[in-house]
Formats: sequence, C-alpha cells, structure tokens
Amino acid sequence: MRFVGEGIRRREDPALITGRSRFIADLSHECDAVAFVRSPVAAGHIRGVEAPDDARVFTAAHLGDMGSVVPMLHRPDYVPVAQPLLATDQVKYVGEPVAMVVADSRHSAEDLAEQVFLDIEPVDEVSSASAALVDGAPRVHHGTDSNVVVSGNIDTGDVDRAFRSAAQVIGIEVTSGRQSAMPLEARGAVAIKDAASERITLYASTQMPHVLRTIVADLLRIPESDLHVIAPSVGGAFGQKMALPTEYALVVWLARRLGQSVCWIEDRRENFTSSFHARDHQYRLEAAFDGEARLIAVDADLVANVGAYSCYPVTWGVEPLMAAAELPGPYDFQSYRVRARGVTTNTCPMSPYRGVSRPVLTLAMERLMDTAAERFGIDPIEIRRRNLITSFPYRSATGVVYDEGSYIQSLERAAEVIDMEAFRRTQEEARKQGRYPGVGFSVFSERTGYGTPTFAQRSMEVTPGYETVDMIMDPSGNVEVRIGASPHGQGLVTSLSQLVADELGVHPETVQVVHGDTDRTPYGWGTFASRSMVISGGASHLAAGKLRDSIVEIAGDILEAAPVDIVLTDGKAVVRGTDKGVSIPEVARVAHHQSHRLKPGRDPGLRAVATYDPAGTFSNACHVAVVEVDIETGGVRLERFVVVEDAGLLINPVIVDGQIAGGVAQGIANALFEEIIYDESGNILTTSLLDYLPPTMSEIPRIEIHHLETITDASITGAKGLGEGGAIGAPAAVINAVSDALRPLGVGITEIPATPSRVRDWIRIALEGAA
Amino acid sequence: MTALRDITLLVNGQEYAVRVEPRKTLADTIREDCRLTGTHLGCEHGVCGACTILVDGSPVRSCLLFAVQCEGVEIETVEGLASDGVLHPLQEAFWEHHGLQCGFCTPGFLMLAKGALEEDPGLTGESLKEVLSSNLCRCTGYQNILAAVEAAAVRMRR
Repeated sequence: MRFVGEGIRRREDPALITGRSRFIADLSHECDAVAFVRSPVAAGHIRGVEAPDDARVFTAAHLGDMGSVVPMLHRPDYVPVAQPLLATDQVKYVGEPVAMVVADSRHSAEDLAEQVFLDIEPVDEVSSASAALVDGAPRVHHGTDSNVVVSGNIDTGDVDRAFRSAAQVIGIEVTSGRQSAMPLEARGAVAIKDAASERITLYASTQMPHVLRTIVADLLRIPESDLHVIAPSVGGAFGQKMALPTEYALVVWLARRLGQSVCWIEDRRENFTSSFHARDHQYRLEAAFDGEARLIAVDADLVANVGAYSCYPVTWGVEPLMAAAELPGPYDFQSYRVRARGVTTNTCPMSPYRGVSRPVLTLAMERLMDTAAERFGIDPIEIRRRNLITSFPYRSATGVVYDEGSYIQSLERAAEVIDMEAFRRTQEEARKQGRYPGVGFSVFSERTGYGTPTFAQRSMEVTPGYETVDMIMDPSGNVEVRIGASPHGQGLVTSLSQLVADELGVHPETVQVVHGDTDRTPYGWGTFASRSMVISGGASHLAAGKLRDSIVEIAGDILEAAPVDIVLTDGKAVVRGTDKGVSIPEVARVAHHQSHRLKPGRDPGLRAVATYDPAGTFSNACHVAVVEVDIETGGVRLERFVVVEDAGLLINPVIVDGQIAGGVAQGIANALFEEIIYDESGNILTTSLLDYLPPTMSEIPRIEIHHLETITDASITGAKGLGEGGAIGAPAAVINAVSDALRPLGVGITEIPATPSRVRDWIRIALEGAA
Repeated sequence: MTALRDITLLVNGQEYAVRVEPRKTLADTIREDCRLTGTHLGCEHGVCGACTILVDGSPVRSCLLFAVQCEGVEIETVEGLASDGVLHPLQEAFWEHHGLQCGFCTPGFLMLAKGALEEDPGLTGESLKEVLSSNLCRCTGYQNILAAVEAAAVRMRR
C-alpha cells in the first residue's frame, strides 16, 4: 500500500482538538513574568527612565556587554545598522522596548510597567517611505547619507531600444498598504533555568529554533551548548516568527541574571505595535509592448518601507531585493531595468510575510496585463497567452532559471472552469440592472524550496538553505525522523511520515517526526519560504533510501538472501517471489541486539543521515476571482474563487488544499481588508482587532481548487512547495476583478487594500472626472 | 493588587476552589488556576473568539468575564468535550475535514459550534456561517471549519 497521494488524517490533530497541545503561554505558569515598557513616540532622545524603587526594572544600562543585533548583507548598497536590545539613548518607533519589568505575575508586571516613566524628548520623525525620501528629511539613523538603506539595480537587454520600438507604452503604479501577518497566537518566550546544570531551556514561539539558538547565544556571548531551544506548538507564524525578537534574547538574559525562570507572553496590542510588519510597497512600472501585444521591456521603480531596523537573519533587503529579482514573474521579456530601494522610517521593523513582495509584484504585473489587454482590445486570457513563458528551463531577464511548469495550461484550465463567455453574458445583463460584477485573473510563479545555492546569491551573512534529516529505526522497529525544519500548522509531520512510510514499506503510524528541539534534531533552518516539503522532504527521501538499504542488507543476512532480492512491503522484508520473509521489527531487533549475526563489516543499529540542498523549483498557479461591487457602499463581495495550482507531486492532497485555501484567505485580506495605519507623527492607529480587520467566515468564499502535476527533477521527491502561493496570487485576482466590475465607471484600481471607503472615493473621483 | 477572593468554579463537572483577584478574567483563571490550558487567548479584547467557552450552555468570550462573576454557573471547556477517550462528533469532524492547521483557534471554534448547535440543532447555511463568523481563524480560510461543523451537525442530530 502506498501512502503518498492519500489525504490521510493529520497526526498532529488529536492533541490540538482535545486541548492537550502546549503553546507558549501554556508553559509559563512557574515563571516570573516580564512586561516591556515601550516608547510612546516615533523618534526621540531618552533623557531618563524613572521606576518605582522596589521594582525589578532593567534598562539598556543594565545589559553590560550584551551585543546588539547587526543583520548583515554583504553588498555595497546595504547599510548595516546596529539594533540595541533595549533602546539606549534614542527611540526610533512607537513600541520600541526601552525598559523591562519583572514581577511574579503578568498582572503585577504590567501594573509596575505602568508606573515606569520614560522621559523622552521627541525629535522629528518620518513615518512613511515618501516622507523619508524627501530631500532634507530627518534621518532615522545618524551617520547615514539618506534613509535609503538598501538598493538593487538591474539593467539587462536593451530597454531604451525596446521603448523606442514599442507600439504601446503603458505606465502603472501600485501601492500595497502595510500589513501584519497577525498569527492568532502572538509571540512569547519562556526561559527555564535548570538548577542542576544551570543550563537554560528557551521555549519560544518561533519558526527557526536552531537559528534562534545561534543568535541568542551570540548576543549573550555564551556557548550554544549552554542553551536549549524548543519550539512548542506554534499558533501560526507566516513569517512574523522567523525574525529575531529582541525580547526573546532579553528573557534569556533575565533568567541568567536573576537565576530563575522568566517568561514574556506578548499581548495583541504589542503584537500590532512592536512585532514585525510587512508589505508597505509602492511600485511604478513603465512597460513596452510590440504591435502584437507582446511585452518587450519593463522599466520599474520599486520602493519598500522597511521600518526602523533590519531584521535578523534575512535583513531589510529581503523585500526590495526579491521584488527586483522576481518582478518579471511568469512573463517572457528580456529587457528589464529596475531600481529597488528599501527606505528606513520611524515605524515598526518589518519581517518576511507569506509571499514576500510577490503579492505586490504579482499585483503590478497582473494589473499591467489587464491594462494592456484593454489598450489592445483583446481579452485578459489572450494577452496572458501571448506573454506567458512556455519553454523550459526558462532563463528570466534577471537570470533566474525556471524549471518545467504549466503556466499556459493553468490559465486555460481556469478559463474553462469559469466559462468566460457565459460570465460576460451574465455581466452584461447585470450591468443593465445597475449591478457591477467582475472577473479577474492572476497567473504567477512561486519560487519554492530553494537552498543555499540560491540564498548565497543574496550575499547574506547568515545564508540558509540546506536541511538535514537524522533517521533512526529503534529496536522496536519504529522510525524516528529528526528534522531541522520546524512546522507549525503545515501538517509536515503527517506528510513526511507518508513519504518515509512508502520508502520503508511501513505504516505512517510507525514513523515519528521529531522537530522544534535543538537537543533532538540536526541543525536546520526551520520552516519558511515554502521550503519544508521540498527540502526536508528531499532529505527524508534520501535518508530513508539509505535506511532502506541497511534494512535490506540485514534482512538478507537473516534470510540468507541477496539484498537485491529483498523488498520491503507492509512492514515486512520478503524475498521476491517467495513466501520467505521477516518482519521489519525483527530486523530492527537483530540490528541492535544480535549484531553478531550480521555479516562482518556491517554497522550495528539502523541509522541514516542525509542532507538536501537544492537550487529550488517553481510552482505555478492561476487564480480567478469573481466579485460583485456595491457602488453605494463600496463593498466587494466575492462570488467565486478558482485556483488551478501546479505544485508538482501531491504528497497529501487534503493538506495541500488547506495550504492553498488559507493562503488565498490571507491574499483576499491583503486585497480588501487589512491595513496597519500610522498617522503623520508616526503613531500607530491600528492596535486592536477592532481597527485591524482580518476576514471572518462571512468574507471568504469557497475556494475551488484544481490541480495540475508537473513533475520536474528540480525537486528530488517531485513535490514543489506551495505554502505561499495562495497569498501571492489572490490580491491580483481580486483587484483585477474589482477593476473589471468598475470598468463602466472608468475606475482601475492600483491601491490595496481596496476598502469600502477607498472604493467609494475612487468611484466618486471617476464620476466627477467624467462629469 | 486588590484583596483576593475565594471562589469555587464548576468546570467540566469538576469543582475548583481558587483564590483570585476580582479583576482576574475567567480565561486567566481557567488557564492559570484550574490549569486547563486548552482555552486559548488570541486578543484578550473579545474579538478573536479563541477563548470561547460555554457558560450554562451558551458560548461566551472567557476573556470578557471575571472569574468572580462565574460562581454557581456550569462552565465547559475543550477539555470536557471528549468523554472517556471518545471524541465528540465536532472533534471527529474537525479532524476528518482538516478543519485546523496550527490549531490555536480550534478550541474556541469547537465550543462556539457546540453551544450554537445545542441551542439550534437545525442550524445550517447562512445562519450557521453567521454564527461561525464570531471567531477568527488565520490558517484555514474557514471553509473546512464550515464543512466540519456541518458534518458534525448531521451526526449530532441523529
């Protein structure tokens, strides 16, 4: 029996549905609690901190030689900035931690924190990228030439010639508001001091336990072996928990300083003001098309607000540089000029969030395609048909190599599912009745599962990529798969157990996947960037192959048969074509306890280690949104959402569909609802779930998912990653649909989220312009 | 810090004698004093619904109640859903329909659905969606939660 391809129930779920799982706050009972005192102003000089006499209050002055965080990219146009763990003499954003208070409960710590007075002299701040780019704007960081702290320029092909020869030149601008990944569980850390060994165990809500251990040990100047990091159940992350929170390092410092266990459980307000934000981009594109509506060149200017500090380990280069490199997406053109700038501002630092720049660049390219289609008088499917890449491997204008995909096929399939002719007829009828339905397409590529070779091109000081799997069959015949990835909702325990079970001819329930514990797993990079199924899955596949070879050899010794004649199936090793066999648990028992029976030269026990470090692969998909806009309220209702996804081989189709649906919901949120807002003086206005509006069940339609399965050798298992795709493609599909709906009114949308008040404004402005 | 009060809470049929400040929320008390950590806190201001429990059979946000208000009422949390190791139909259905990913919102959704379906076993369609829109989930996109609750509703009516 094969398990790969089966939608078996998740092995993660029994603990989660009964309340037995342990999330970070569930581990905090025996600890003193920390509350942080945070800056109420966007920029200022700290003149003093006054605290109640008997309170345990700590400021930067107490931290001694504790290091600061200096995330590093080795590029000439990158400006490194040191982030103190607690603000020293200046504050740079509302919510920046300045002091910390320890008490015997969270309530008491917060009471005391309210009595700490921060004496801060405000100075001029910049709260938006556009304000930060003005000549003479206040500098967020002293000693810098400007607020541009990272930039990337590419100029390939012959852009000027392409524009001179163009039949049409189309310019568009898109803006994406600032978002929060907003995991439902905010961040938190619990540092437990072991009295006997004096070692600290740091439980942390994180996507990267090993990397967290490295940086915290570095900052505290202690050997990594003195620190044990465990990621318990993590209540969502989406990128926000892959960047280092300085608070986690401080909790460990406090536990060492006070000689006791200490916890910090972030509340929702802190999560909005002081965790990491994302998006906040403005793009301006000029595109040259030939007479056949073929895109021949793009000239782009990309600006990303990267907040007050660079994030560890990926730095504040991650958004603007990825946007520059991946803007071409799935479209075939070779002349490309781009200037991408990351601009520092007095706002909360940024970290990657599901999709990283691709939701915005896909919005830009897909708005461009629809705008061009209208200009050329062809339909949105035809223009994409003419411009999508079709032959593989394809080398993009920026040198990125795309493996085999199904870009055109996904588009054609989606168009079939939607039945465009029927939709246009319905739309025409509806318009006669004063209703405004619309349809929008979005075709995109999702680079996934990339390892060190790809990350190395970014010149990161900390270069992620490989994953190692340590696989052990114990004497009872159960398999332990110890992975450096750190899943937190993706169902990787289930998917990997299916993969390994097939390799070893055993049942998934005999395969235990161990993760999120630096003492029990090999060094690895954690779970982010749609990588775990591809890379940890690839390493598991390789390790299982080695383990299978060992099992077969030992079974051969027991059965007196040649290993080549032995197959593993249904928990047994059998000699092909005979009824001679031995159970795998028996083989395991002999390997451990009767190793004298093995052929000379064989190692006792059953263990295999393998590492996988691929260059990466590309998933692709076409999303289609059908909406209806209420022009009185500006409200957008989603009527249908279709996804045609190609993520290669599906290991567990139910889990795959769950990832797609969840990503699409976040993309819809990005398109229509969610926005972090700062006022002109850098005060954050969206600090609760009454101001920041994630969608509920009523706003998310059923997501209709169809699959194509292109198998390439860019992934050793055939599985391509897909964690981010839903969030990448959905905003463009929704916004194209809203623009299609409002075409009779002359509204083309270039800014997200397209909230009801914005939609109303755009309609009013368009109607006034027409009048 | 104000004077502590001794109260007794009845949670999942079991009595818990606890000593709490009057300002302590029911959610914190259940989690910290009763040591039932299956009830989660996502916002602590009554929007996300992760802390939803049943009080005398009705779904409530336990972050918006004080423990001292809850003497003499019957409280149910996710820990009381399964009995003798047998999963409740809602738990079975969430598992079967992949109604959870990270699982942080799940206890709140389970208790919300239990309360709603026990009050109106025939709840379906848009009315059911409206009730389930009380709580937030960040992972699933909601449709599998809806499918799970619909499937459980059928089983619970039998």
